[in-house]
Amino acid sequence: MTDTEHCPVSDIATDYDIFDPDYVNDPVPAWSEIRESCPIAHTDRWGGSWLPTRYDDVQALAKMVPELSSANPGPIVVNIPEEFRRPEREGYNGAAPISADPPEQTWTRKALLPHFTPKAIAPQHEFTKKLCHELIDGFIDDGGCDAAVDYAQQIPPRVIAHKLGVDGSRVDEFIEWVRGVLELGLTDPATRLKYGDTIHDFFKAEVKDRRENPRDDLITDLCNTEVDGHLLPDPVIVGMCNLQLVAGIDTTWSSIGSALWHFAGHDDDRRRMAGADDDLWGTAVEELLRAYSPVTMARTVMEPVEISGASLQPGDKVLMNFPGANHDPEVFEDPDTVILGRQRNRHIAFGAGIHRCAGSNLARMEMDVALRTWFERIPEFTLSAPDEVAWAGGQVRGPRILPVTFGA
Amino acid sequence: MKIKVDRDKCEGHSRCYSLAPDLVDVDDLGNASELNDGEVRADLEDRAQLIVDNCPEFAIEIVEG
Repeated sequence: MTDTEHCPVSDIATDYDIFDPDYVNDPVPAWSEIRESCPIAHTDRWGGSWLPTRYDDVQALAKMVPELSSANPGPIVVNIPEEFRRPEREGYNGAAPISADPPEQTWTRKALLPHFTPKAIAPQHEFTKKLCHELIDGFIDDGGCDAAVDYAQQIPPRVIAHKLGVDGSRVDEFIEWVRGVLELGLTDPATRLKYGDTIHDFFKAEVKDRRENPRDDLITDLCNTEVDGHLLPDPVIVGMCNLQLVAGIDTTWSSIGSALWHFAGHDDDRRRMAGADDDLWGTAVEELLRAYSPVTMARTVMEPVEISGASLQPGDKVLMNFPGANHDPEVFEDPDTVILGRQRNRHIAFGAGIHRCAGSNLARMEMDVALRTWFERIPEFTLSAPDEVAWAGGQVRGPRILPVTFGA
Repeated sequence: MKIKVDRDKCEGHSRCYSLAPDLVDVDDLGNASELNDGEVRADLEDRAQLIVDNCPEFAIEIVEG
Protein backbone atom coordinates (compact mmCIF):
# COMPACT_ATOMS: atom_id res chain seq x y z
CA MET A 1 0.00 0.00 0.00
CA THR A 2 1.18 3.50 -0.79
CA ASP A 3 0.13 6.57 1.14
CA THR A 4 -2.15 7.75 -1.65
CA GLU A 5 -4.25 4.64 -1.26
CA HIS A 6 -4.97 5.46 2.34
CA CYS A 7 -8.16 7.14 3.27
CA PRO A 8 -6.95 10.75 3.44
CA VAL A 9 -9.13 12.14 6.18
CA SER A 10 -7.20 12.07 9.45
CA ASP A 11 -4.37 10.38 11.26
CA ILE A 12 -6.49 7.64 12.76
CA ALA A 13 -7.70 6.64 9.30
CA THR A 14 -4.23 6.19 7.87
CA ASP A 15 -2.11 5.40 10.88
CA TYR A 16 -4.15 3.59 13.54
CA ASP A 17 -2.32 1.46 16.06
CA ILE A 18 -4.17 -1.34 17.83
CA PHE A 19 -1.51 -1.31 20.56
CA ASP A 20 -1.73 2.44 21.25
CA PRO A 21 -2.61 2.88 24.96
CA ASP A 22 -5.53 5.23 24.16
CA TYR A 23 -6.96 2.67 21.72
CA VAL A 24 -6.50 -0.19 24.16
CA ASN A 25 -8.11 1.78 27.01
CA ASP A 26 -11.09 2.94 24.94
CA PRO A 27 -11.27 2.14 21.22
CA VAL A 28 -14.84 3.44 20.77
CA PRO A 29 -13.93 7.05 19.78
CA ALA A 30 -11.46 5.77 17.15
CA TRP A 31 -14.08 3.48 15.60
CA SER A 32 -16.62 6.34 15.45
CA GLU A 33 -14.15 8.65 13.78
CA ILE A 34 -13.15 6.06 11.19
CA ARG A 35 -16.73 4.93 10.58
CA GLU A 36 -17.88 8.49 9.87
CA SER A 37 -14.97 9.34 7.61
CA CYS A 38 -13.52 6.27 5.88
CA PRO A 39 -15.07 3.80 6.83
CA ILE A 40 -12.24 1.27 6.37
CA ALA A 41 -8.93 2.56 7.73
CA HIS A 42 -5.44 1.43 6.83
CA THR A 43 -2.17 1.43 8.71
CA ASP A 44 1.39 0.56 7.78
CA ARG A 45 2.16 -0.33 11.38
CA TRP A 46 2.80 -3.92 12.42
CA GLY A 47 3.21 -5.13 8.86
CA GLY A 48 0.15 -3.24 7.62
CA SER A 49 -3.57 -3.96 7.95
CA TRP A 50 -7.07 -2.73 7.17
CA LEU A 51 -9.61 -1.89 9.88
CA PRO A 52 -13.29 -2.00 8.88
CA THR A 53 -15.68 -0.31 11.31
CA ARG A 54 -19.16 -0.75 9.80
CA TYR A 55 -21.27 -3.73 10.78
CA ASP A 56 -22.26 -4.49 7.19
CA ASP A 57 -18.63 -4.43 6.03
CA VAL A 58 -17.44 -6.77 8.79
CA GLN A 59 -20.35 -9.13 8.08
CA ALA A 60 -19.54 -9.09 4.35
CA LEU A 61 -15.83 -9.70 4.97
CA ALA A 62 -16.63 -12.59 7.33
CA LYS A 63 -18.50 -14.28 4.47
CA MET A 64 -15.67 -13.82 1.92
CA VAL A 65 -14.32 -17.34 1.55
CA PRO A 66 -12.01 -18.06 -0.26
CA GLU A 67 -11.23 -14.40 -1.08
CA LEU A 68 -9.97 -14.05 2.50
CA SER A 69 -7.93 -16.73 4.29
CA SER A 70 -7.89 -17.59 7.99
CA ALA A 71 -4.61 -19.53 7.81
CA ASN A 72 -2.93 -16.89 9.95
CA PRO A 73 -5.60 -15.24 12.11
CA GLY A 74 -3.23 -13.08 14.18
CA PRO A 75 -3.77 -9.30 13.88
CA ILE A 76 -0.23 -8.38 12.90
CA VAL A 77 2.27 -9.63 10.36
CA VAL A 78 5.07 -11.47 12.10
CA ASN A 79 8.03 -12.72 10.14
CA ILE A 80 9.02 -15.89 11.93
CA PRO A 81 12.81 -16.32 11.98
CA GLU A 82 14.10 -19.61 10.57
CA GLU A 83 15.19 -20.93 13.98
CA PHE A 84 11.60 -20.81 15.25
CA ARG A 85 10.07 -22.83 12.42
CA ARG A 86 9.00 -26.40 13.10
CA PRO A 87 9.01 -28.31 9.80
CA GLU A 88 8.86 -31.61 11.67
CA ARG A 89 5.30 -30.84 12.74
CA GLU A 90 3.69 -31.98 9.54
CA GLY A 91 -0.08 -32.16 9.82
CA TYR A 92 -0.14 -29.87 12.86
CA ASN A 93 -2.26 -26.88 11.96
CA GLY A 94 -1.73 -25.27 15.35
CA ALA A 95 -5.33 -24.32 15.97
CA ALA A 96 -7.71 -25.79 13.37
CA PRO A 97 -10.48 -24.99 12.60
CA ILE A 98 -9.86 -21.33 13.57
CA SER A 99 -6.58 -21.18 11.63
CA ALA A 100 -7.74 -23.24 8.66
CA ASP A 101 -9.61 -22.65 5.40
CA PRO A 102 -12.01 -25.07 3.71
CA PRO A 103 -11.76 -27.99 3.17
CA GLU A 104 -9.60 -28.52 6.32
CA GLN A 105 -11.70 -25.98 8.21
CA THR A 106 -14.91 -27.82 7.31
CA TRP A 107 -14.04 -31.25 8.65
CA THR A 108 -12.14 -30.08 11.72
CA ARG A 109 -15.06 -27.82 12.66
CA LYS A 110 -17.52 -30.64 12.15
CA ALA A 111 -15.46 -32.77 14.54
CA LEU A 112 -15.25 -30.06 17.21
CA LEU A 113 -18.69 -28.42 17.24
CA PRO A 114 -20.74 -31.31 18.70
CA HIS A 115 -18.74 -30.91 21.93
CA PHE A 116 -19.85 -27.29 22.34
CA THR A 117 -23.59 -27.21 21.65
CA PRO A 118 -25.84 -25.84 24.44
CA LYS A 119 -26.70 -29.42 25.41
CA ALA A 120 -23.08 -30.62 25.31
CA ILE A 121 -21.82 -27.89 27.62
CA ALA A 122 -24.69 -28.19 30.13
CA PRO A 123 -22.68 -30.56 32.41
CA GLN A 124 -20.12 -27.77 32.94
CA HIS A 125 -22.76 -25.53 34.54
CA GLU A 126 -22.65 -27.00 38.04
CA PHE A 127 -18.85 -27.21 37.99
CA THR A 128 -18.64 -23.54 37.02
CA LYS A 129 -21.09 -22.43 39.70
CA LYS A 130 -19.25 -24.32 42.43
CA LEU A 131 -15.93 -22.93 41.21
CA CYS A 132 -17.25 -19.35 41.30
CA HIS A 133 -18.48 -19.79 44.86
CA GLU A 134 -15.12 -21.23 45.94
CA LEU A 135 -13.24 -18.33 44.40
CA ILE A 136 -15.52 -15.82 46.17
CA ASP A 137 -15.12 -17.73 49.46
CA GLY A 138 -11.41 -17.06 49.13
CA PHE A 139 -11.65 -13.27 49.13
CA ILE A 140 -15.09 -12.16 50.34
CA ASP A 141 -13.88 -11.56 53.91
CA ASP A 142 -11.09 -9.29 52.65
CA GLY A 143 -13.62 -6.58 51.73
CA GLY A 144 -12.30 -6.33 48.21
CA CYS A 145 -10.26 -8.11 45.54
CA ASP A 146 -8.74 -7.76 42.12
CA ALA A 147 -11.82 -8.80 40.14
CA ALA A 148 -9.67 -9.56 37.07
CA VAL A 149 -6.84 -11.52 38.70
CA ASP A 150 -8.67 -13.16 41.59
CA TYR A 151 -11.95 -13.93 39.83
CA ALA A 152 -12.41 -13.42 36.06
CA GLN A 153 -9.00 -14.85 35.17
CA GLN A 154 -9.46 -17.92 37.36
CA ILE A 155 -12.70 -19.22 35.86
CA PRO A 156 -12.19 -20.09 32.15
CA PRO A 157 -8.86 -21.95 32.60
CA ARG A 158 -10.40 -24.23 35.22
CA VAL A 159 -13.57 -24.85 33.20
CA ILE A 160 -11.68 -25.70 30.02
CA ALA A 161 -9.19 -27.84 31.96
CA HIS A 162 -12.14 -29.70 33.48
CA LYS A 163 -13.77 -30.22 30.08
CA LEU A 164 -10.54 -31.33 28.40
CA GLY A 165 -9.65 -33.54 31.33
CA VAL A 166 -6.26 -32.04 32.18
CA ASP A 167 -4.81 -31.26 35.62
CA GLY A 168 -6.77 -28.30 37.02
CA SER A 169 -4.05 -27.53 39.57
CA ARG A 170 -1.81 -26.33 36.73
CA VAL A 171 -4.03 -23.37 35.79
CA ASP A 172 -1.40 -20.80 36.73
CA GLU A 173 0.85 -22.37 34.10
CA PHE A 174 -1.98 -22.42 31.54
CA ILE A 175 -2.60 -18.72 32.18
CA GLU A 176 1.09 -17.96 31.71
CA TRP A 177 1.22 -19.97 28.46
CA VAL A 178 -1.88 -18.33 27.01
CA ARG A 179 -0.73 -14.81 27.87
CA GLY A 180 2.64 -15.77 26.44
CA VAL A 181 1.00 -16.55 23.11
CA LEU A 182 -1.75 -13.94 22.93
CA GLU A 183 -0.42 -10.93 24.84
CA LEU A 184 3.30 -10.90 25.52
CA GLY A 185 4.10 -12.98 22.44
CA LEU A 186 1.88 -11.15 20.00
CA THR A 187 4.66 -8.84 18.88
CA ASP A 188 7.56 -11.06 19.88
CA PRO A 189 8.00 -14.28 17.83
CA ALA A 190 10.52 -15.79 20.26
CA THR A 191 8.14 -15.54 23.21
CA ARG A 192 5.14 -16.64 21.16
CA LEU A 193 6.93 -19.70 19.80
CA LYS A 194 8.37 -20.60 23.19
CA TYR A 195 4.91 -20.77 24.74
CA GLY A 196 3.45 -22.30 21.59
CA ASP A 197 5.99 -25.11 21.89
CA THR A 198 5.14 -25.60 25.56
CA ILE A 199 1.42 -25.95 24.81
CA HIS A 200 2.08 -28.24 21.84
CA ASP A 201 4.32 -30.56 23.84
CA PHE A 202 1.92 -30.61 26.79
CA PHE A 203 -1.06 -31.69 24.66
CA LYS A 204 1.00 -34.09 22.57
CA ALA A 205 1.74 -35.98 25.78
CA GLU A 206 -1.90 -35.75 26.91
CA VAL A 207 -3.18 -37.17 23.60
CA LYS A 208 -0.62 -39.98 23.71
CA ASP A 209 -1.80 -40.77 27.24
CA ARG A 210 -5.51 -40.88 26.23
CA ARG A 211 -4.73 -43.26 23.38
CA GLU A 212 -3.33 -45.62 26.00
CA ASN A 213 -5.60 -44.75 28.94
CA PRO A 214 -9.02 -43.59 27.69
CA ARG A 215 -11.06 -41.56 30.18
CA ASP A 216 -14.34 -39.69 30.36
CA ASP A 217 -13.08 -36.39 29.00
CA LEU A 218 -12.97 -34.33 25.83
CA ILE A 219 -9.44 -35.32 24.78
CA THR A 220 -10.53 -38.97 24.87
CA ASP A 221 -13.70 -38.09 22.94
CA LEU A 222 -11.63 -36.36 20.27
CA CYS A 223 -9.34 -39.40 20.11
CA ASN A 224 -12.45 -41.47 19.33
CA THR A 225 -13.95 -39.00 16.84
CA GLU A 226 -14.20 -40.18 13.26
CA VAL A 227 -14.58 -38.00 10.20
CA ASP A 228 -15.53 -39.78 6.99
CA GLY A 229 -14.64 -43.11 8.54
CA HIS A 230 -11.19 -42.09 9.78
CA LEU A 231 -10.09 -41.29 13.33
CA LEU A 232 -8.77 -37.75 13.78
CA PRO A 233 -4.96 -37.75 13.44
CA ASP A 234 -3.10 -36.94 16.67
CA PRO A 235 -1.56 -33.70 15.37
CA VAL A 236 -5.05 -32.40 14.55
CA ILE A 237 -6.28 -33.21 18.07
CA VAL A 238 -3.23 -31.49 19.58
CA GLY A 239 -4.07 -28.41 17.49
CA MET A 240 -7.70 -28.49 18.62
CA CYS A 241 -6.63 -28.72 22.27
CA ASN A 242 -4.27 -25.79 21.72
CA LEU A 243 -7.15 -23.85 20.22
CA GLN A 244 -9.40 -24.55 23.19
CA LEU A 245 -6.78 -23.44 25.67
CA VAL A 246 -5.64 -20.33 23.82
CA ALA A 247 -9.03 -19.23 22.46
CA GLY A 248 -11.11 -20.31 25.42
CA ILE A 249 -9.27 -18.63 28.24
CA ASP A 250 -8.13 -15.07 27.51
CA THR A 251 -11.35 -14.26 25.66
CA THR A 252 -13.88 -15.34 28.26
CA TRP A 253 -12.02 -13.89 31.22
CA SER A 254 -11.86 -10.62 29.31
CA SER A 255 -15.64 -10.61 28.91
CA ILE A 256 -16.25 -11.42 32.56
CA GLY A 257 -13.74 -8.76 33.62
CA SER A 258 -15.18 -6.09 31.31
CA ALA A 259 -18.67 -6.79 32.65
CA LEU A 260 -17.52 -6.44 36.27
CA TRP A 261 -15.65 -3.25 35.33
CA HIS A 262 -18.88 -1.88 33.84
CA PHE A 263 -20.98 -2.70 36.88
CA ALA A 264 -18.38 -1.38 39.32
CA GLY A 265 -18.61 2.01 37.65
CA HIS A 266 -22.32 2.19 36.75
CA ASP A 267 -24.41 2.32 39.92
CA ASP A 268 -27.82 2.18 38.23
CA ASP A 269 -26.96 -0.85 36.11
CA ARG A 270 -25.39 -2.65 39.07
CA ARG A 271 -28.41 -2.09 41.31
CA ARG A 272 -30.74 -3.21 38.56
CA MET A 273 -28.91 -6.54 38.14
CA ALA A 274 -29.01 -7.21 41.88
CA GLY A 275 -32.71 -7.99 41.44
CA ALA A 276 -32.66 -9.21 37.84
CA ASP A 277 -34.86 -12.05 36.53
CA ASP A 278 -33.77 -14.62 33.94
CA ASP A 279 -34.96 -12.52 31.00
CA LEU A 280 -32.93 -9.51 32.12
CA TRP A 281 -29.84 -11.64 32.71
CA GLY A 282 -30.29 -13.08 29.22
CA THR A 283 -30.34 -9.71 27.49
CA ALA A 284 -27.73 -8.20 29.82
CA VAL A 285 -25.12 -10.87 29.06
CA GLU A 286 -25.63 -10.36 25.31
CA GLU A 287 -25.50 -6.59 25.72
CA LEU A 288 -22.22 -6.74 27.67
CA LEU A 289 -20.82 -9.07 24.99
CA ARG A 290 -21.84 -6.49 22.40
CA ALA A 291 -20.58 -3.38 24.18
CA TYR A 292 -17.26 -4.90 25.32
CA SER A 293 -16.60 -7.53 22.64
CA PRO A 294 -13.11 -8.79 23.41
CA VAL A 295 -11.92 -10.44 20.20
CA THR A 296 -10.49 -9.09 16.95
CA MET A 297 -9.51 -11.84 14.53
CA ALA A 298 -7.73 -11.32 11.21
CA ARG A 299 -7.82 -12.58 7.64
CA THR A 300 -5.31 -12.46 4.80
CA VAL A 301 -6.48 -11.28 1.39
CA MET A 302 -6.11 -13.97 -1.32
CA GLU A 303 -7.99 -12.30 -4.19
CA PRO A 304 -8.53 -8.56 -4.80
CA VAL A 305 -11.59 -7.22 -2.96
CA GLU A 306 -13.30 -3.83 -3.41
CA ILE A 307 -15.34 -2.84 -0.38
CA SER A 308 -16.62 0.55 0.83
CA GLY A 309 -13.94 2.45 -1.07
CA ALA A 310 -11.04 0.25 -0.01
CA SER A 311 -9.05 -1.85 -2.48
CA LEU A 312 -7.79 -4.89 -0.61
CA GLN A 313 -4.91 -6.59 -2.38
CA PRO A 314 -3.54 -10.15 -2.09
CA GLY A 315 -1.28 -10.42 0.94
CA ASP A 316 -2.99 -7.60 2.85
CA LYS A 317 -4.14 -8.25 6.38
CA VAL A 318 -7.73 -7.39 7.35
CA LEU A 319 -8.70 -7.02 11.00
CA MET A 320 -12.09 -8.56 11.67
CA ASN A 321 -13.26 -5.71 13.87
CA PHE A 322 -16.22 -7.45 15.49
CA PRO A 323 -15.98 -5.13 18.53
CA GLY A 324 -16.22 -2.03 16.31
CA ALA A 325 -19.04 -3.47 14.18
CA ASN A 326 -21.03 -3.92 17.38
CA HIS A 327 -20.93 -0.13 17.93
CA ASP A 328 -22.30 0.79 14.50
CA PRO A 329 -25.20 3.26 14.95
CA GLU A 330 -26.72 2.06 11.66
CA VAL A 331 -27.48 -1.25 13.35
CA PHE A 332 -27.58 -0.56 17.09
CA GLU A 333 -29.62 2.26 18.59
CA ASP A 334 -27.51 4.36 20.97
CA PRO A 335 -24.61 1.93 20.41
CA ASP A 336 -22.15 3.38 22.91
CA THR A 337 -24.59 3.04 25.81
CA VAL A 338 -25.08 -0.24 27.65
CA ILE A 339 -28.83 -0.98 27.57
CA LEU A 340 -29.23 -4.07 29.73
CA GLY A 341 -32.67 -4.94 28.37
CA ARG A 342 -31.77 -4.38 24.69
CA GLN A 343 -34.17 -6.49 22.63
CA ARG A 344 -32.75 -6.18 19.12
CA ASN A 345 -29.16 -7.33 19.39
CA ARG A 346 -27.60 -9.04 16.38
CA HIS A 347 -24.12 -8.54 17.81
CA ILE A 348 -21.21 -10.47 16.34
CA ALA A 349 -18.93 -10.69 19.38
CA PHE A 350 -18.39 -14.34 18.43
CA GLY A 351 -17.86 -13.54 14.77
CA ALA A 352 -20.09 -14.58 11.89
CA GLY A 353 -19.95 -17.00 9.00
CA ILE A 354 -18.08 -20.31 8.94
CA HIS A 355 -15.58 -19.21 11.62
CA ARG A 356 -18.25 -18.37 14.22
CA CYS A 357 -16.66 -19.06 17.63
CA ALA A 358 -16.95 -22.79 18.31
CA GLY A 359 -16.96 -22.22 22.07
CA SER A 360 -19.58 -19.45 22.12
CA ASN A 361 -22.11 -21.41 24.14
CA LEU A 362 -19.53 -22.38 26.74
CA ALA A 363 -18.36 -18.77 26.97
CA ARG A 364 -21.93 -17.51 27.41
CA MET A 365 -22.60 -20.03 30.15
CA GLU A 366 -19.38 -19.11 31.98
CA MET A 367 -20.16 -15.41 31.76
CA ASP A 368 -23.74 -15.89 32.91
CA VAL A 369 -22.77 -18.08 35.87
CA ALA A 370 -19.76 -15.94 36.85
CA LEU A 371 -21.83 -12.74 36.92
CA ARG A 372 -24.91 -14.20 38.58
CA THR A 373 -22.85 -15.87 41.30
CA TRP A 374 -20.88 -12.67 41.89
CA PHE A 375 -24.09 -10.62 42.22
CA GLU A 376 -25.63 -13.21 44.53
CA ARG A 377 -22.70 -12.87 46.93
CA ILE A 378 -21.48 -9.33 46.20
CA PRO A 379 -24.36 -7.17 44.96
CA GLU A 380 -22.59 -3.93 45.87
CA PHE A 381 -19.05 -3.14 44.70
CA THR A 382 -17.14 -0.20 43.30
CA LEU A 383 -13.74 0.49 41.74
CA SER A 384 -11.34 0.98 44.63
CA ALA A 385 -8.50 2.42 42.56
CA PRO A 386 -9.74 3.55 39.12
CA ASP A 387 -6.25 4.75 38.15
CA GLU A 388 -4.82 1.28 38.68
CA VAL A 389 -7.21 -0.45 36.27
CA ALA A 390 -5.12 -1.83 33.40
CA TRP A 391 -6.43 -3.09 30.07
CA ALA A 392 -4.83 -5.48 27.60
CA GLY A 393 -5.60 -5.15 23.90
CA GLY A 394 -4.45 -6.06 20.44
CA GLN A 395 -6.25 -9.30 19.64
CA VAL A 396 -8.14 -9.70 22.93
CA ARG A 397 -9.28 -6.69 24.95
CA GLY A 398 -10.17 -6.84 28.62
CA PRO A 399 -9.10 -5.63 32.07
CA ARG A 400 -6.02 -7.32 33.53
CA ILE A 401 -5.95 -5.35 36.81
CA LEU A 402 -9.32 -4.44 38.35
CA PRO A 403 -9.28 -3.57 42.07
CA VAL A 404 -12.77 -3.39 43.62
CA THR A 405 -14.16 -2.76 47.10
CA PHE A 406 -17.22 -4.66 48.33
CA GLY A 407 -20.21 -3.00 49.99
CA ALA A 408 -22.07 0.23 49.43
CA MET B 1 -47.56 -16.66 12.45
CA LYS B 2 -44.93 -18.94 10.92
CA ILE B 3 -41.12 -18.80 11.06
CA LYS B 4 -38.52 -20.25 8.74
CA VAL B 5 -34.84 -20.92 9.36
CA ASP B 6 -32.57 -20.61 6.33
CA ARG B 7 -30.23 -23.61 6.72
CA ASP B 8 -27.68 -22.13 4.32
CA LYS B 9 -27.34 -18.97 6.40
CA CYS B 10 -27.43 -20.58 9.87
CA GLU B 11 -23.94 -21.00 11.37
CA GLY B 12 -25.00 -22.59 14.64
CA HIS B 13 -24.75 -19.65 17.06
CA SER B 14 -27.78 -21.17 18.87
CA ARG B 15 -29.02 -17.81 20.09
CA CYS B 16 -32.52 -18.67 18.87
CA TYR B 17 -32.45 -21.91 20.83
CA SER B 18 -31.46 -20.20 24.07
CA LEU B 19 -34.14 -17.54 23.57
CA ALA B 20 -36.94 -19.80 22.38
CA PRO B 21 -36.46 -23.55 22.83
CA ASP B 22 -40.21 -23.90 22.22
CA LEU B 23 -39.80 -22.63 18.66
CA VAL B 24 -36.51 -24.11 17.44
CA ASP B 25 -34.19 -27.00 18.13
CA VAL B 26 -30.50 -27.31 17.31
CA ASP B 27 -28.58 -30.24 15.90
CA ASP B 28 -25.09 -31.57 16.71
CA LEU B 29 -23.44 -28.61 15.01
CA GLY B 30 -25.69 -26.07 16.72
CA ASN B 31 -27.64 -25.48 13.51
CA ALA B 32 -31.26 -24.58 14.05
CA SER B 33 -34.48 -25.94 12.65
CA GLU B 34 -38.02 -24.77 13.33
CA LEU B 35 -40.32 -26.92 15.45
CA ASN B 36 -43.93 -27.69 14.46
CA ASP B 37 -43.21 -26.79 10.82
CA GLY B 38 -42.52 -23.26 12.01
CA GLU B 39 -46.04 -22.67 13.39
CA VAL B 40 -45.89 -20.12 16.21
CA ARG B 41 -48.48 -20.22 18.98
CA ALA B 42 -50.13 -16.86 19.61
CA ASP B 43 -48.50 -16.53 23.04
CA LEU B 44 -45.03 -17.07 21.52
CA GLU B 45 -45.25 -14.47 18.75
CA ASP B 46 -43.14 -11.95 20.68
CA ARG B 47 -40.50 -14.64 21.17
CA ALA B 48 -40.55 -15.38 17.46
CA GLN B 49 -39.88 -11.72 16.69
CA LEU B 50 -37.10 -11.77 19.29
CA ILE B 51 -35.22 -14.66 17.66
CA VAL B 52 -35.59 -13.00 14.26
CA ASP B 53 -34.10 -9.78 15.68
CA ASN B 54 -31.20 -11.51 17.44
CA CYS B 55 -29.89 -13.88 14.77
CA PRO B 56 -26.37 -12.74 13.84
CA GLU B 57 -26.67 -14.47 10.46
CA PHE B 58 -30.07 -13.02 9.46
CA ALA B 59 -31.14 -16.64 9.02
CA ILE B 60 -34.65 -16.53 10.55
CA GLU B 61 -37.65 -14.84 9.03
CA ILE B 62 -41.34 -14.60 9.68
CA VAL B 63 -43.00 -16.00 6.58
CA GLU B 64 -46.64 -15.49 7.57
CA GLY B 65 -48.27 -13.29 10.11
